[in-house]
Amino acid sequence: MIGVGKIKQYSNVLDKPLSKGKQEVSLSAFSFLFSELVQYNQTQVDNIAELERRLEDAGYSVGARVLELLCHREKGNRRETRLLGILSFVHSTVWKVLFGKVADSLEKGTEHEDEYMISEKELLVNRFISIPKDMGTFNCGAFVAGIVRGVLDGAGFPAVVTAHFVPVEGQQRPRTTILIKFAEEVLRREARLG
Amino acid sequence: MPTVGPRSGDAIFANVDRVNAELFTLTYGAIVCQLLTDLEEVEEVNKQLDQMGYNIGTRLIDEFLAKANISRCVDFKETAEMIAKVGFKMFLGVTASVTNWDVEGTCCNIVLEDNPLVDFVELPDTCQGLYYCNVLCGVIRGALEMVSMKTEVTWVRDVLQGDDSYELQVKLLKQVPEEYPYKDDE
Repeated sequence: MIGVGKIKQYSNVLDKPLSKGKQEVSLSAFSFLFSELVQYNQTQVDNIAELERRLEDAGYSVGARVLELLCHREKGNRRETRLLGILSFVHSTVWKVLFGKVADSLEKGTEHEDEYMISEKELLVNRFISIPKDMGTFNCGAFVAGIVRGVLDGAGFPAVVTAHFVPVEGQQRPRTTILIKFAEEVLRREARLG
Repeated sequence: MPTVGPRSGDAIFANVDRVNAELFTLTYGAIVCQLLTDLEEVEEVNKQLDQMGYNIGTRLIDEFLAKANISRCVDFKETAEMIAKVGFKMFLGVTASVTNWDVEGTCCNIVLEDNPLVDFVELPDTCQGLYYCNVLCGVIRGALEMVSMKTEVTWVRDVLQGDDSYELQVKLLKQVPEEYPYKDDE
């Protein structure tokens, strides 16, 4: 047969048609890959904070690209300009595309005006990971925190995003909370927009 | 009662938990970028990707054997068919085929019809020698080593480097018989 196994050549990767986003790979393939990412970074750092930062940076580049992809494909190139809009974009659209379901909850912080929390009973990336006691509060969800930071930054809502384990009564594994702390300018702009 | 035969790649893939391929693609891209920043030399990155793949392969083989329900492969030809038809399908959801067998039956090429690792990817001029998907070579090498086969897996054709398909060459170097770890007379 002519052409079997040959992929159509595009001179420019930008000319290739964008996929519908329905293709899937097995969870194990992703988990193996993620575990290698963590293991590789462990060899490159001396402490937990560095490791979290590196995972976050890796997630940041994923987030920046996810924003571009989803804005184009799911939202027809319209961009969110309001805080609640972008938060609900992350909580619903981004989570649904990346993890197959919307995030478990989105809450506003009670203590500070600029804090919001997205919680998840069990983050996909943490599913096959157990943290040894001597690593303290290390959370591989830092990768997801990086993804969220990448999306928010690209959309014009700079923020500091971190991942935390929150123990839940009656549950053996703690819940993961992604804490988003928006920069001053975002809140000022939001107040101005009324 | 008929024994349960080997399950097809499609059937297994339909039964495992799956994630969006784009998350996988973008995560792999982030890994390659990190490696390029840290190691700077394209050859070093190639080696590191192969090593990561090797680590994955040594663990992936357990899952493969558990889910695929296959009996021992009679010869290397069957092994290659298993990798192409079942292995690639159940982990990456892609169809692959085996071609180009040599006379002794120890060396073949596997052609991938699709490659989720390379969506959205273009190699810049500074990275021309990079085998972006080198992790796949390591995975196959690692997995086969765990079942007593020493192999050499290399890229023959790579779309990112200008060819028209993704083609790997798998060469069986030697079969290492499993060593019985205990002395018989003790």
